[in-house]
Amino acid sequence: MKATKKIKTIKDLNQTIQSYIQKRKSEKRPVLTVSAGTCGQARGSLKVIASLKKAISKEKLEDKVKIKVTGCHGFCEAEPNIIIQPQDIFYQKVKPKDTSDIASQTIIKNEIIDRLLFSDPISKKTVLKEDDISFYKKQKRILLGDNALIDPTDINDYLSIGGYSSLTKVLSKMAPEEVIEVMKKSGLRGRGGAGFPTGYKWEFTRKAKDTSKYIICNADEGDPGAYMDRSLLEGNPHRVLEGMIIGAYAVGAEEGYIYVRDEYPLAVKHISLAISQAEKMGLLGKKILGTDFNFRIHISKGAGAFVCGEETALIASVEGRVGEPRQRPPFPAMKGLWKKPTNINNVETLANIPLIVEKGADWFSKIGTKGSKGTKIFSLVGKINNTGLVEVPMGITLKEIIFDIGGGIPGEKEFKAVQTGGPSGGCLPKEKLGLPIDYEGLTEAGSIMGSGGMIVLDENTCMVDVAIYFLNFLRDESCGKCLSCREGTQRMWEIVKDISEGKGKEEDIQLLKELAQTTKDASLCGLGQTAANPVLSTLRYFRDEYMAHVRDKTCPAGVCKELITYLIIPDKCTGCLACIKVCPQEAISGELKKVHVLDQEKCIKCGACFEVCQFDAIKIE
Amino acid sequence: MISLKMNRLDVKVEDGWTILEAAKFYGLEIPTLCYNEGLSPYGGCRLCLVEVGEGPRAKLVSSCTYPVEEGLVVRTDTRRVIEARKMMIELMLSLAPNSKVIQDLASKFGVKQVRFKIRNEECILCGLCVRMCSEQMDGRAIGFQNRGYKRKISTPFDIRSEECRLCGGCMYICPACQLRCQGPQADTAVCNACLNMDPTCLDHYDDLQCWMYDAGRCGTCIRESPEKSAEKEQTSK
Repeated sequence: MKATKKIKTIKDLNQTIQSYIQKRKSEKRPVLTVSAGTCGQARGSLKVIASLKKAISKEKLEDKVKIKVTGCHGFCEAEPNIIIQPQDIFYQKVKPKDTSDIASQTIIKNEIIDRLLFSDPISKKTVLKEDDISFYKKQKRILLGDNALIDPTDINDYLSIGGYSSLTKVLSKMAPEEVIEVMKKSGLRGRGGAGFPTGYKWEFTRKAKDTSKYIICNADEGDPGAYMDRSLLEGNPHRVLEGMIIGAYAVGAEEGYIYVRDEYPLAVKHISLAISQAEKMGLLGKKILGTDFNFRIHISKGAGAFVCGEETALIASVEGRVGEPRQRPPFPAMKGLWKKPTNINNVETLANIPLIVEKGADWFSKIGTKGSKGTKIFSLVGKINNTGLVEVPMGITLKEIIFDIGGGIPGEKEFKAVQTGGPSGGCLPKEKLGLPIDYEGLTEAGSIMGSGGMIVLDENTCMVDVAIYFLNFLRDESCGKCLSCREGTQRMWEIVKDISEGKGKEEDIQLLKELAQTTKDASLCGLGQTAANPVLSTLRYFRDEYMAHVRDKTCPAGVCKELITYLIIPDKCTGCLACIKVCPQEAISGELKKVHVLDQEKCIKCGACFEVCQFDAIKIE
Repeated sequence: MISLKMNRLDVKVEDGWTILEAAKFYGLEIPTLCYNEGLSPYGGCRLCLVEVGEGPRAKLVSSCTYPVEEGLVVRTDTRRVIEARKMMIELMLSLAPNSKVIQDLASKFGVKQVRFKIRNEECILCGLCVRMCSEQMDGRAIGFQNRGYKRKISTPFDIRSEECRLCGGCMYICPACQLRCQGPQADTAVCNACLNMDPTCLDHYDDLQCWMYDAGRCGTCIRESPEKSAEKEQTSK
């Protein structure tokens, strides 16, 4: 990349942006876009890129095509994928050995390689273009869409899609108060979980009287199975920076921190690079673009404690203290980092800011429901065909996300529940599939929006087991300050664990309910106040399953080890020896073509035989 | 001055006070455990919970850390408060059933049973000793380790701290008795691990639930009781 020149005025920046937009338009070469976020890299996209480069140079196409390495496109199921422009061909699950065919057939001869096309789980047809994939059809990708367009390590590429033009608009035409008004009017609410209106949050910090103020970008994404913030930081770091600079201008902060977890090395790398590029270009630093506005950004790396996503704990961590929440008030807007007024926004919230400035509050508030505006990114994971990041308008139903976008449950299994909002969220059953998704709706149903995790569970999932999983996470991640949260999560885990092992008593259910309620009521921060949700929501919608464990000592889904036995059905067993080979305990004996026998004494219920049997000859009781 | 409502009374208090201070001033009783007037408020034991706000937005907060606000509505004895408080006591009892302080609280608030498995940890992690050490004794020899269910109080790296001056402040203030070593004299000593060893704890102090580690330097545990000295004298004669 060329050395970036410092831009001194707003006019100059506008001209630079225009020149890069023109440059993008005049690009006539075919562009091969390869996704290489953390998820793509995990599935081998770096090897694909290397062999693609080799294939291109072998065919002597170096000057005739352009390879663009981008962040995550959101469709994890199809990673690594290559999109070929201008035809808009979507190749999925590309292997290094496929790249020579792509170069020789698709680029040179303009032929389509059928085996690399995506086969849609809903329509059962192969699809050529990205837009035709059902996964993308119902999405509204105002944030994630740009990930596929730009190289995250190049600020100029961001400029070429009109990046930083919202910043010039704000700095040249708008007073800080006007920016805040626009945010208030847009109805944007915090995407980190609690959903506090961003405009009002900014106003509080703006109005706080102090000599110095701070703005913090909360990138401490800790929910198991949620990765939308990572994807934004990796794939479009300048969008987040632009939002943060605008936010700093609005609240009057001259210094900012990005609190990101060290487990996100690629995100840290890309955002650090973005900061240094923006500094070189003069978008960060003193007297930005010739105005009186000064702003610097530091990166503060967290060690990955879940509780540090809570704003007061986050502040403590940035200050170098132990990440434990404290009582609010005083709110960070009054006394935050180093006891100065501090505004904290989530990554996704900040990524929305440039768009709202550019397109206006009305455009934004038209998307979504009455109380929740805009789009929300969910990470759709679990027992679902199309795993990935989905960005949908607020108000879309769970059913649309899971069945229309997600493509339903694999293996023709029955849908059982969907767990939203991360570990402190709740499980919603089939009856709630019609629920339109917004902050209030989810809370009323006993779950939360959270940061946007969405884990789909099928009929083979035991809800007691799910509760154990999340309680185990929470008892470990609670900071341990409040007795109610520390002991509450621990004791709930103990009780539910007992139930799963068949040691539960009927009065345990009542105790569990009482304890869950107290944990929710008596704890200081959001972690403790929502820590009971996994228990309360599963108790509310799947009480029968708990009762089956307690009264009948059975696990209807066949998951809880203590309550199940594996049996061989003699009529179905063909004597293929497969189960004998996989059994780690040598609990199964038998000869070829004779019915096998399972010794219950030796069986540790690992389920290996069940998985391997092709004749359904092993059943769980 | 700040005006607020406490248990339907209109009261006026100084700006900067906590709800607990205001309640004490007006004679409203709020039980506390991890609170001590000489130390900074912590809000960990959740015993001093009160309900603030009205309607669906009413919530429970720890009164020792919550500052008074103009127009705040505070109630100290709602059903919600009492139920949460009882559950807190039940949880504390399950951790430190031998603590006199916690037993007294249980009897006062009518907690008659512990439905959880007794863990006998003799520590409820209220943090009084940690604050005592750093704030009053300027020691900073002990602190919290780990988080969640693995949280515990200890010295750095679990070895005797150079900072510890063996003042005994931590033992003095502990409500759960894990730390309180009263040596051979006291009949009611809870720990008494040092008594059950032969030879004395000097050789075994690693296993002792005694913060002094260098047992013997404080001397409490190995100082002989007058009776015992007399006994020894008798036998030697």
